[in-house]
Amino acid sequence: MAEPRFAVGDRVRARAVDPSHHTRLPRYARGQVGEVVEVQGTWPLADDRAQGFAEPRIEPVYTVRFPAGALWGPPGGHWVQVELWESYLEVVA
Amino acid sequence: MTGHHSNSEIAVRVRRLEERLIGAGLTSDDQLDGIIGQILSGSPANGARVVARAWVDPAFRERLLVDANRALDELGLSMSTGPQPQRLTVVANSATTHNVLVCTLCSCYPIGLLGPSPSWYKSEAYRSRVVREPRAVLAEFGLVLPEATEIVVHDTSAESRHMVLPMRPGGTAGLGEAELAALVTREGLIGTAAV
Repeated sequence: MAEPRFAVGDRVRARAVDPSHHTRLPRYARGQVGEVVEVQGTWPLADDRAQGFAEPRIEPVYTVRFPAGALWGPPGGHWVQVELWESYLEVVA
Repeated sequence: MTGHHSNSEIAVRVRRLEERLIGAGLTSDDQLDGIIGQILSGSPANGARVVARAWVDPAFRERLLVDANRALDELGLSMSTGPQPQRLTVVANSATTHNVLVCTLCSCYPIGLLGPSPSWYKSEAYRSRVVREPRAVLAEFGLVLPEATEIVVHDTSAESRHMVLPMRPGGTAGLGEAELAALVTREGLIGTAAV
Protein backbone atom coordinates (compact mmCIF):
# COMPACT_ATOMS: atom_id res chain seq x y z
CA MET A 1 0.00 0.00 0.00
CA ALA A 2 1.41 3.33 -1.07
CA GLU A 3 2.23 5.88 1.60
CA PRO A 4 0.18 9.02 1.00
CA ARG A 5 2.23 11.68 -0.73
CA PHE A 6 0.08 14.51 0.60
CA ALA A 7 -1.14 15.42 4.08
CA VAL A 8 -4.05 17.40 5.48
CA GLY A 9 -3.36 21.09 4.94
CA ASP A 10 -1.26 20.60 1.79
CA ARG A 11 -2.08 22.74 -1.21
CA VAL A 12 -2.40 20.65 -4.35
CA ARG A 13 -3.24 21.25 -7.97
CA ALA A 14 -5.54 18.94 -9.91
CA ARG A 15 -3.77 18.05 -13.12
CA ALA A 16 -4.86 19.83 -16.27
CA VAL A 17 -5.28 16.71 -18.40
CA ASP A 18 -7.78 15.48 -20.97
CA PRO A 19 -7.56 11.69 -21.06
CA SER A 20 -9.44 9.71 -23.71
CA HIS A 21 -10.43 7.08 -21.14
CA HIS A 22 -12.82 7.26 -18.21
CA THR A 23 -11.58 9.28 -15.25
CA ARG A 24 -13.09 10.49 -12.02
CA LEU A 25 -11.25 13.78 -12.06
CA PRO A 26 -14.13 16.18 -12.73
CA ARG A 27 -13.42 18.53 -15.60
CA TYR A 28 -14.32 21.60 -13.53
CA ALA A 29 -11.50 20.85 -11.06
CA ARG A 30 -8.74 20.33 -13.62
CA GLY A 31 -5.88 22.79 -13.25
CA GLN A 32 -7.34 24.22 -10.04
CA VAL A 33 -5.61 24.59 -6.69
CA GLY A 34 -7.22 23.31 -3.51
CA GLU A 35 -6.36 22.15 -0.03
CA VAL A 36 -6.28 18.57 1.26
CA VAL A 37 -8.83 18.27 4.07
CA GLU A 38 -8.83 14.49 4.50
CA VAL A 39 -6.77 11.45 3.52
CA GLN A 40 -9.55 8.90 2.99
CA GLY A 41 -7.62 5.65 2.49
CA THR A 42 -6.56 3.71 -0.60
CA TRP A 43 -8.61 2.38 -3.50
CA PRO A 44 -7.95 0.95 -6.97
CA LEU A 45 -7.63 3.77 -9.49
CA ALA A 46 -10.98 4.18 -11.27
CA ASP A 47 -9.27 4.98 -14.58
CA ASP A 48 -7.41 1.66 -14.55
CA ARG A 49 -10.48 -0.32 -13.55
CA ALA A 50 -12.54 1.29 -16.31
CA GLN A 51 -9.95 0.15 -18.82
CA GLY A 52 -10.14 -3.40 -17.54
CA PHE A 53 -6.58 -3.57 -16.25
CA ALA A 54 -6.02 -6.82 -14.36
CA GLU A 55 -3.97 -5.05 -11.69
CA PRO A 56 -5.21 -1.47 -11.31
CA ARG A 57 -2.94 0.89 -9.41
CA ILE A 58 -3.86 1.22 -5.75
CA GLU A 59 -3.65 4.84 -4.68
CA PRO A 60 -4.53 7.09 -1.76
CA VAL A 61 -7.70 9.12 -2.24
CA TYR A 62 -7.89 12.64 -0.83
CA THR A 63 -10.73 15.01 -0.11
CA VAL A 64 -9.66 18.32 -1.62
CA ARG A 65 -11.48 21.56 -0.90
CA PHE A 66 -11.68 24.20 -3.63
CA PRO A 67 -13.00 27.75 -3.26
CA ALA A 68 -15.93 28.17 -5.63
CA GLY A 69 -14.56 31.48 -6.90
CA ALA A 70 -11.49 29.66 -8.26
CA LEU A 71 -13.62 27.04 -10.03
CA TRP A 72 -16.34 29.21 -11.47
CA GLY A 73 -15.12 32.78 -11.20
CA PRO A 74 -16.43 35.57 -8.95
CA PRO A 75 -18.36 35.98 -6.78
CA GLY A 76 -17.90 32.42 -5.49
CA GLY A 77 -18.53 32.28 -1.77
CA HIS A 78 -18.98 28.54 -1.17
CA TRP A 79 -16.67 25.53 -1.07
CA VAL A 80 -16.63 22.45 -3.27
CA GLN A 81 -15.03 19.30 -1.89
CA VAL A 82 -13.89 16.77 -4.48
CA GLU A 83 -12.47 13.29 -3.86
CA LEU A 84 -9.37 12.69 -5.93
CA TRP A 85 -6.94 9.83 -6.46
CA GLU A 86 -3.30 10.71 -5.85
CA SER A 87 -2.22 10.58 -9.49
CA TYR A 88 -4.78 13.31 -10.26
CA LEU A 89 -2.80 15.71 -8.08
CA GLU A 90 0.48 17.55 -8.24
CA VAL A 91 2.47 19.62 -5.78
CA VAL A 92 1.86 23.35 -5.73
CA ALA A 93 5.24 25.06 -5.76
CA MET B 1 -35.36 -13.12 -10.91
CA THR B 2 -38.95 -13.41 -9.86
CA GLY B 3 -42.06 -11.71 -11.19
CA HIS B 4 -42.77 -8.05 -11.96
CA HIS B 5 -41.13 -8.07 -15.38
CA SER B 6 -42.79 -5.70 -17.78
CA ASN B 7 -42.27 -5.85 -21.51
CA SER B 8 -40.74 -2.39 -21.68
CA GLU B 9 -37.57 -2.14 -23.71
CA ILE B 10 -35.36 -1.68 -20.66
CA ALA B 11 -36.91 -4.67 -18.89
CA VAL B 12 -36.31 -6.84 -21.94
CA ARG B 13 -32.71 -5.70 -22.15
CA VAL B 14 -32.09 -6.31 -18.45
CA ARG B 15 -33.67 -9.76 -18.65
CA ARG B 16 -31.52 -10.70 -21.63
CA LEU B 17 -28.40 -9.41 -19.88
CA GLU B 18 -29.24 -11.47 -16.79
CA GLU B 19 -29.70 -14.57 -18.92
CA ARG B 20 -26.36 -14.07 -20.61
CA LEU B 21 -24.49 -13.43 -17.34
CA ILE B 22 -26.07 -16.40 -15.61
CA GLY B 23 -25.49 -18.57 -18.70
CA ALA B 24 -21.81 -17.59 -18.66
CA GLY B 25 -21.57 -18.60 -15.02
CA LEU B 26 -20.71 -15.07 -13.91
CA THR B 27 -23.60 -14.72 -11.47
CA SER B 28 -26.73 -16.51 -10.37
CA ASP B 29 -30.38 -15.74 -9.68
CA ASP B 30 -29.71 -16.06 -5.96
CA GLN B 31 -26.79 -13.67 -6.07
CA LEU B 32 -28.76 -11.07 -8.03
CA ASP B 33 -31.75 -11.41 -5.71
CA GLY B 34 -29.40 -10.91 -2.76
CA ILE B 35 -27.97 -7.70 -4.20
CA ILE B 36 -31.40 -6.32 -5.07
CA GLY B 37 -32.61 -7.23 -1.59
CA GLN B 38 -29.73 -5.27 -0.07
CA ILE B 39 -30.57 -2.23 -2.17
CA LEU B 40 -34.26 -2.38 -1.31
CA SER B 41 -33.47 -2.80 2.40
CA GLY B 42 -31.95 0.68 2.47
CA SER B 43 -34.30 3.47 3.53
CA PRO B 44 -34.16 7.10 4.59
CA ALA B 45 -35.59 5.80 7.88
CA ASN B 46 -32.16 4.28 8.57
CA GLY B 47 -30.54 7.67 8.19
CA ALA B 48 -33.23 9.25 10.36
CA ARG B 49 -32.48 6.74 13.13
CA VAL B 50 -28.80 7.65 12.97
CA VAL B 51 -29.57 11.37 13.11
CA ALA B 52 -31.99 11.04 16.04
CA ARG B 53 -29.44 9.03 18.01
CA ALA B 54 -26.79 11.66 17.32
CA TRP B 55 -29.18 14.38 18.54
CA VAL B 56 -29.83 12.68 21.88
CA ASP B 57 -26.40 11.15 22.50
CA PRO B 58 -23.42 13.53 22.13
CA ALA B 59 -20.88 10.72 22.55
CA PHE B 60 -22.53 8.78 19.70
CA ARG B 61 -22.51 11.96 17.61
CA GLU B 62 -18.77 12.27 18.17
CA ARG B 63 -18.16 8.64 17.19
CA LEU B 64 -20.39 9.07 14.12
CA LEU B 65 -18.40 12.03 12.85
CA VAL B 66 -15.07 10.27 13.43
CA ASP B 67 -15.93 6.80 12.05
CA ALA B 68 -19.44 6.56 10.64
CA ASN B 69 -19.20 2.91 9.59
CA ARG B 70 -18.39 1.84 13.14
CA ALA B 71 -21.17 4.01 14.53
CA LEU B 72 -23.65 2.35 12.13
CA ASP B 73 -22.65 -1.01 13.58
CA GLU B 74 -23.89 0.16 16.97
CA LEU B 75 -27.39 0.59 15.49
CA GLY B 76 -27.27 -2.66 13.53
CA LEU B 77 -26.99 -0.75 10.25
CA SER B 78 -24.40 -1.08 7.50
CA MET B 79 -23.21 0.39 4.22
CA SER B 80 -23.20 -2.98 2.44
CA THR B 81 -24.63 -3.36 -1.02
CA GLY B 82 -22.13 -6.01 -1.99
CA PRO B 83 -19.31 -8.07 -0.57
CA GLN B 84 -17.55 -5.02 0.90
CA PRO B 85 -19.23 -2.23 2.85
CA GLN B 86 -18.61 1.23 1.44
CA ARG B 87 -16.93 3.89 3.53
CA LEU B 88 -19.38 6.45 4.91
CA THR B 89 -18.61 9.91 6.20
CA VAL B 90 -21.20 12.00 8.02
CA VAL B 91 -20.93 15.77 7.74
CA ALA B 92 -22.61 17.90 10.39
CA ASN B 93 -24.50 21.10 9.71
CA SER B 94 -24.04 23.89 12.22
CA ALA B 95 -25.22 27.44 12.78
CA THR B 96 -22.41 28.59 10.50
CA THR B 97 -22.00 25.76 7.95
CA HIS B 98 -24.45 23.93 5.69
CA ASN B 99 -23.48 20.78 3.77
CA VAL B 100 -25.07 19.47 0.59
CA LEU B 101 -24.28 16.32 -1.41
CA VAL B 102 -24.01 15.66 -5.12
CA CYS B 103 -22.35 13.29 -7.56
CA THR B 104 -21.50 15.42 -10.59
CA LEU B 105 -20.06 12.50 -12.57
CA CYS B 106 -22.98 10.09 -12.20
CA SER B 107 -25.27 9.37 -9.24
CA CYS B 108 -23.20 7.97 -6.33
CA TYR B 109 -25.35 7.81 -3.20
CA PRO B 110 -25.36 5.76 0.04
CA ILE B 111 -27.87 3.26 -1.38
CA GLY B 112 -27.09 0.49 1.11
CA LEU B 113 -28.09 2.76 3.98
CA LEU B 114 -30.69 5.12 2.47
CA GLY B 115 -32.11 3.10 -0.44
CA PRO B 116 -32.38 4.37 -4.01
CA SER B 117 -31.74 8.08 -4.55
CA PRO B 118 -34.51 10.50 -5.57
CA SER B 119 -34.79 11.10 -9.31
CA TRP B 120 -33.82 14.77 -9.04
CA TYR B 121 -30.51 13.74 -7.47
CA LYS B 122 -29.63 12.07 -10.78
CA SER B 123 -30.81 14.94 -12.96
CA GLU B 124 -28.28 16.89 -14.99
CA ALA B 125 -29.79 20.14 -13.74
CA TYR B 126 -29.14 19.33 -10.08
CA ARG B 127 -25.70 17.81 -10.69
CA SER B 128 -24.43 20.68 -12.79
CA ARG B 129 -25.97 23.54 -10.86
CA VAL B 130 -25.52 22.68 -7.18
CA VAL B 131 -21.72 22.77 -7.39
CA ARG B 132 -21.87 26.17 -9.04
CA GLU B 133 -24.77 28.00 -7.39
CA PRO B 134 -25.82 25.97 -4.34
CA ARG B 135 -27.52 28.88 -2.62
CA ALA B 136 -29.87 29.40 -5.56
CA VAL B 137 -30.54 25.67 -5.96
CA LEU B 138 -31.29 25.25 -2.25
CA ALA B 139 -33.67 28.21 -2.38
CA GLU B 140 -35.56 26.42 -5.17
CA PHE B 141 -35.91 23.48 -2.78
CA GLY B 142 -37.40 25.92 -0.29
CA LEU B 143 -34.29 26.17 1.84
CA VAL B 144 -33.25 29.80 2.11
CA LEU B 145 -30.02 30.04 4.09
CA PRO B 146 -28.76 33.17 5.85
CA GLU B 147 -26.16 35.02 3.81
CA ALA B 148 -23.59 34.39 6.54
CA THR B 149 -24.01 30.60 6.38
CA GLU B 150 -21.06 28.95 4.67
CA ILE B 151 -22.05 26.27 2.15
CA VAL B 152 -19.90 23.20 1.51
CA VAL B 153 -20.82 21.09 -1.54
CA HIS B 154 -19.52 17.52 -1.39
CA ASP B 155 -18.95 15.98 -4.82
CA THR B 156 -19.01 12.21 -4.36
CA SER B 157 -16.36 11.59 -7.01
CA ALA B 158 -14.54 8.53 -5.60
CA GLU B 159 -15.41 5.53 -3.40
CA SER B 160 -16.72 7.08 -0.17
CA ARG B 161 -20.35 7.93 0.37
CA HIS B 162 -21.75 10.69 2.56
CA MET B 163 -24.71 11.67 4.68
CA VAL B 164 -25.60 15.04 6.18
CA LEU B 165 -26.33 15.34 9.89
CA PRO B 166 -28.91 18.15 10.09
CA MET B 167 -29.18 20.47 13.07
CA ARG B 168 -31.78 19.50 15.65
CA PRO B 169 -34.81 21.76 15.23
CA GLY B 170 -35.76 24.10 18.02
CA GLY B 171 -38.73 23.24 20.24
CA THR B 172 -37.98 19.51 20.26
CA ALA B 173 -36.57 19.20 23.77
CA GLY B 174 -39.43 17.03 24.94
CA LEU B 175 -39.35 14.55 22.08
CA GLY B 176 -38.07 11.00 22.29
CA GLU B 177 -35.71 9.38 19.81
CA ALA B 178 -38.42 7.84 17.64
CA GLU B 179 -40.34 11.13 17.48
CA LEU B 180 -37.17 12.95 16.53
CA ALA B 181 -36.41 10.41 13.80
CA ALA B 182 -39.86 11.06 12.33
CA LEU B 183 -38.86 14.70 11.74
CA VAL B 184 -35.91 13.78 9.49
CA THR B 185 -36.48 13.70 5.73
CA ARG B 186 -34.45 12.18 2.91
CA GLU B 187 -33.78 15.71 1.65
CA GLY B 188 -32.40 16.63 5.06
CA LEU B 189 -29.93 13.76 4.79
CA ILE B 190 -28.78 15.04 1.38
CA GLY B 191 -28.72 18.67 2.45
CA THR B 192 -31.49 20.07 0.26
CA ALA B 193 -33.70 20.58 3.33
CA ALA B 194 -32.89 21.88 6.80
CA VAL B 195 -34.02 18.63 8.47
